[in-house]
Amino acid sequence: MKTESCKVIRLTAPLAESAARELRAGDRVEITGTIYTARDTAHKMIVEALDRGEDIPIDLKGAVIYYAGPAPTPPGKVIGSVGPTTSGRMDAFTPRLIRLGLRGMIGKGERSREVVDAMVRYGAVYFAAVGGAGALLAQRVRKADVIGYDDLGPEAIRKLEVERFPAIVAIDTQGNNLYHDRRK
Amino acid sequence: MVRDVDVRSIEDGVARMCMETNVLAPDDLIKALKKGMAEEEPGTAREIFRVLLENLEVARNENLPICQDTGMTVVFLDVGQDVHLAGGDVSEAVNEGVRRGYRQGYLRKSVVADPLRRMNTGDNTPAVIHFSVVPGDKVRVTVVPKGFGSENMSAIRMLKPTEGYEGIKRFVIDTIKNAGANPCPPIVVGIGVGGTFEKAALMSKEALTRPLGKPSGDENTRRMENDLLKEINKLGIGPQGLGGRVTALSVAVNTYPTHIAGLPVALNICCHVYRHASIEI
Ligand code: SF4
Repeated sequence: MKTESCKVIRLTAPLAESAARELRAGDRVEITGTIYTARDTAHKMIVEALDRGEDIPIDLKGAVIYYAGPAPTPPGKVIGSVGPTTSGRMDAFTPRLIRLGLRGMIGKGERSREVVDAMVRYGAVYFAAVGGAGALLAQRVRKADVIGYDDLGPEAIRKLEVERFPAIVAIDTQGNNLYHDRRK
Repeated sequence: MVRDVDVRSIEDGVARMCMETNVLAPDDLIKALKKGMAEEEPGTAREIFRVLLENLEVARNENLPICQDTGMTVVFLDVGQDVHLAGGDVSEAVNEGVRRGYRQGYLRKSVVADPLRRMNTGDNTPAVIHFSVVPGDKVRVTVVPKGFGSENMSAIRMLKPTEGYEGIKRFVIDTIKNAGANPCPPIVVGIGVGGTFEKAALMSKEALTRPLGKPSGDENTRRMENDLLKEINKLGIGPQGLGGRVTALSVAVNTYPTHIAGLPVALNICCHVYRHASIEI
């Protein structure tokens, strides 16, 4: 069991493979740097674009994708509430993105066998953010810009500059899985 | 005597409740989270409760929605039979209230017009409206924004009558085990037992409008609620599915007479963002 006093690992995004490989399920981390939001439809559109051989809005090399669709940005704020959505819905698309360089994912809930296999093989890591803590997580976003699939509204792809964005390593590059471990 | 109620007062009420309930955590929720935090060992589980409580505070102070999924809006309208709804189409008034509330409150628009073509309607309408006619000359309006992380993990089963309470328990435990971390535990569980297929589902949703921790008025049902809560929390799924004692904050069960050949049971899961608001006009 990790305790409140346990140390928090600082990470920079995009994420280096070596940094990803050092993390272990249960580690508490804070991520600083550039991450991207993408969820259901954006994933589908990315994969369809790849199929057609077209460019996609994200540079996948070392990228960290945050499965989230924020609430609208109120005046004077950087972004609206922005907590994680259920990652499992992206499972069908994820192994291909990992193969192309995706290094980290932030979401909530378990991943499929295929995703974990790809993570182990290519050295990607899966972080859990606290689902339903969207207001708090919004405070860690310094800048937010829509960079793709504009017309999807909350589902559009956003580039976020985050500072000390808190998460827990849920599945590491060796396949250790906090969701399994913690269940009696 | 028939009393006139202007549908615009319903519209205003819906707009206001949409904005308030998505931002301001009700007292029953804060109390339940503090209780849950006290029950957990120091470590990840307790830390998550601390984060959830801090998040409620940030939402209130920054006037941001507690969760970015501000839900599809479910509205219960209990209309007194001595009321005349005046001034326009009441469903349109409810939808206009949702439209205004979600725009002015900077709440997320999460509704698509067609379940397969999936174009966002852009204003979070239409709401899902449940009308009932009740005695009296008042209108009661209840707003329940329903997030889909938890809605997606809900289930219904037509049990055999002889499966009885054990069958219900098995169904409930299986459903929640299968839901795991997806509905953002700690969860609130609404259950409908009896009636018909749709009645059971509706009762399970209605159970999620009950103040958190308020037991059923019926003794047998109350016993069932307590026992199910205990069994669910034995699963060890814990906050966010990362392990712990508190998987569910509360279980609310509603029952209704049913057919000799059936035992419908529906389970509607709500996450810890337990939003609900009511007014009487
Ligand atoms: S299940 Fe609840 S807390 Fe989780 S993302 Fe949906 S609305 Fe938010």
